[in-house]
Amino acid sequence: MRYLPLTDTDRSDMLATIGADTIDDLFSDVPEEARLDGPIRGLPMHASEMAVEKHMRLLSKKNLAASDAAFFLGAGAYKHHVPASVDHIIQRGEFLTAYTPYQPEIAQGTLQMLFEFQTQVARLYGCAVANASMYDGSTACWEAVAMAGRVTKRSRAVLSGALHPHYAEVVKTMAKFTGDTIAGASPSIQPEPDTAGLIARIDDDTSCVVVQYPDILGRVNDLNEIADAAHAKGALLVVVNTEPVALGALKAPGDMGADIVVGEGQSIGVGLQFGGPYLGLFAVRDPKHVRQMPGRLCGETTDAEGKRGFVLTLSTREQHIRREKATSNICTNSGLCALAFSVHMTLLGEKGLRQLAAENHRLACLAADKLAAIPGVEVLNTAFFNEFTITVKTDARAMVRKLADKNVLAGVSLARLFPNVDTLSSRLLVAVTETTSEADIETLCSALKEELS
Amino acid sequence: MKAPNKSGWKPSMQSDDGMQSGPATNSGNRALMLEEPLLFEIGNTDMTGVDLPEIDPSATTRMGGLERVDSIGLAGLSEPETVRHYTRLSRQNYAIDLGLFPLGSCTMKHNPRLNEKVARMPGFADVHPLQPVDTVRGALEVINELAHWLIDLTGMHGVAMSPKAGAHGELCGMLCIRAALEARGDARKVVLCPESAHGTNPATAAFAGYTTEDIPAGKDGRVDLEALKARLGPDIAAVMITNPNTCGLFERDMKAISDAVHAAGGFVYCDGANFNAIVGKVRPGDLGVDAMHINLHKTFSTPHGGGGPGSGPVVLSEALSPYGPLPYTARTKDGVVHLVEEEQADAFSEEHSDGKMQSFGRMTAFHGQMGMFTRALTYMLSHGADGLRQVAEDAVLNANYVLRSLEDLLHAPYADSGPCMHEALFGDKGFGDDLSTLDLAKGMIDEGYHPMTVYFPLVVHGAMLVEPTETESKTALDQFIASFRSVAQRANAGDASLKQAPYYAPRRRLDETQAARKPVLAYREQSPPAGKPTLSEQGGS
Repeated sequence: MRYLPLTDTDRSDMLATIGADTIDDLFSDVPEEARLDGPIRGLPMHASEMAVEKHMRLLSKKNLAASDAAFFLGAGAYKHHVPASVDHIIQRGEFLTAYTPYQPEIAQGTLQMLFEFQTQVARLYGCAVANASMYDGSTACWEAVAMAGRVTKRSRAVLSGALHPHYAEVVKTMAKFTGDTIAGASPSIQPEPDTAGLIARIDDDTSCVVVQYPDILGRVNDLNEIADAAHAKGALLVVVNTEPVALGALKAPGDMGADIVVGEGQSIGVGLQFGGPYLGLFAVRDPKHVRQMPGRLCGETTDAEGKRGFVLTLSTREQHIRREKATSNICTNSGLCALAFSVHMTLLGEKGLRQLAAENHRLACLAADKLAAIPGVEVLNTAFFNEFTITVKTDARAMVRKLADKNVLAGVSLARLFPNVDTLSSRLLVAVTETTSEADIETLCSALKEELS
Repeated sequence: MKAPNKSGWKPSMQSDDGMQSGPATNSGNRALMLEEPLLFEIGNTDMTGVDLPEIDPSATTRMGGLERVDSIGLAGLSEPETVRHYTRLSRQNYAIDLGLFPLGSCTMKHNPRLNEKVARMPGFADVHPLQPVDTVRGALEVINELAHWLIDLTGMHGVAMSPKAGAHGELCGMLCIRAALEARGDARKVVLCPESAHGTNPATAAFAGYTTEDIPAGKDGRVDLEALKARLGPDIAAVMITNPNTCGLFERDMKAISDAVHAAGGFVYCDGANFNAIVGKVRPGDLGVDAMHINLHKTFSTPHGGGGPGSGPVVLSEALSPYGPLPYTARTKDGVVHLVEEEQADAFSEEHSDGKMQSFGRMTAFHGQMGMFTRALTYMLSHGADGLRQVAEDAVLNANYVLRSLEDLLHAPYADSGPCMHEALFGDKGFGDDLSTLDLAKGMIDEGYHPMTVYFPLVVHGAMLVEPTETESKTALDQFIASFRSVAQRANAGDASLKQAPYYAPRRRLDETQAARKPVLAYREQSPPAGKPTLSEQGGS
């Protein structure tokens, strides 16, 4: 048992120091009838590193890795290249095996990194303050709705129909228990988002309007009009972003009047990982809302010798101090994913982020044009960043399954995302990133041609 | 026990002649103790550490006229500078890899590197959550195999895998309880939590729409069964109990507590943060627990990562299993592991469980912390059923060894009542004038240790909760105990030098009041350096 350093001699010496005869004396508070008399039956015994690695490798081989296919999936999780140095740094033991920085004198590495991370996120989102991360985009979205309720003292949130359906489901699930009212809607399948329809749903009881940007169909539109309409009714605008790379090319939500900006940070540094762990980003435009924010915040201060240093701060919002009155029950966040994001963003810098965004958009435009040229395929979007919706003259979901056998992962069918909406069966969401080659686009196009002929 | 410090030198013996700390350096560095500026002070928006194509300014875009023109203000560094920046920062952190990390209730055990290797296999790391299920059968099998382990280790009926961390798991368990109560038309409103509970417990209950009340503790540091029974009634939805509890003690009356709560129509939520003490020794399912989250980043060795990501699957009793969140995996009789999402939920329930599954809904996008599942399963397979039992035994042995090696020097409030479980609890009674638990903790930093958990649980004055875990050798424990004894003696003797500790950390004590009073939560450029344009003048590229 390679992870256990005690020897049998150590064990008996230590029992003698303690004054116990056997290890079971130390479990005497466990009622005898509940104590197990040996290893739990039905589970395997300990195994060597080699044997375990082999078992896990066989399981991993039963999955089709994204890099082994022509790959076009997005819908809230994107395949981007992660530089090798990112993974090297997050595996340094001083970051990997540290705890939450509750003893700041010996956690300045994590704390300074979080301060830099918060600054990067705030700037990316066009906001004043970002927190030290949440679990993922979907839970950050619910926390934003809950925060808007605290700020406005209202409990009716209006969700755009073009919000990621998983995010909408998370919000609706939580609201069932908190008593909030969630006004959801089905996505309107049009070239541009239905801004007028959304604005019409805002009333005097609305705490916030939640829109996604770019939205679940890949569309982008100016948010100023929605922000003005929300503010006129005393509501906040919550903007959700699931593709942070987009903000290297598109106007920031905070610069278009968003009050709370949340999102998924997975694209920068984290990787696909079958959906988790990911990285929830959370920021507010106006610093006056800081004390209603959920989650950990890192702040600057000085030490007893006057040197600059960093600490977790404003913790009177948090559960370990405030208990049942806390702004959230969150404790652990996504520290290591925040580090991966921050390192990747540092490697990019503004120049690299803008280049990355431009390359994503260039390839997406190329793919959209090539797809639109195929008989039986139409591109829905007028505007998009690196993801757009197409209509195919067949059942998109069945087609995606069929193409997977040819190592083409063609996209996410809207029928998978919105299972209860009948009109979506021919729609497919296609994402293109810098990892997509022009050959991949050709492969997708010929596969579609074959399917649709 | 021999101290490693043979000369007996103490920080309190520091002389005033400056020789101890040496002359000041030009850089502010002290040999290997290296200062590191902020990223925004060394990088700039034109520097990048990646090679991407230059932007073609003539290219047409289709972004609806929403191009980001103003500078974003994101500083970049070249690759060598990036690696150096973060490597320098890393050296200002304490970590398990550097030494014993005795944070009570946090289970800072060794993080095996095989876990990391496996999680990075392309078949796990490079798989999209919405791929057609036929292309992710291995991932679903990992989730199902881990679920099977968790169910067997806890003796429970089902498990919800998607919660993202312990507190998210607590929320999941409480939402299952609320869904089960609502299904029988029972609108109970109160949740009972012991005063010694983790802060997440009452916060979670409040988020799930409940009001909370304290459960009184007995003198032996455990729930007062009779007082609890007296409070039970038709308004009590659930009791949230941590077992082993946050005083490091096993709740001997757990089964009787569960029976009483069930008889009164309520449910038992068990905070599984301390499962490491009992894994393989006793199963919560045999003690009447209805829901318990398991922190994979504690008991099952996935890295804490400086504050996450965690993973908090929740094991559920037969009464609560039908209400668990979507999506979930289920193996059918033909051996196939299915992914059940909103779409198939009703039909799958009809076909395979007589329509009993009535999920309360979705708690997160996608399927949970897959990257943690692969690590935890790797750990479980490495230890096996026999090794995990040994884990609990060694963890408890190490904690009792610490308890008995310190109890003559430090107030140990429950030491007389018997053994502790995986953590030893001390209080500040007996410290010299003006000295506090915080001072002792900072003194431990100078000794080269991360301090224990301090001021928690709240029920013991100046609490110090020490959890060594099973991955420490006897030699490491003996060195830790020698340091701990030394600092405890100084605290008892009123050694005023402790008030200024730490002396040797990268930073002296930090002013937390200033940080909260005038929050600085993001970097702001001072006036721009000569020759460089301001951020607003740079414009977009």
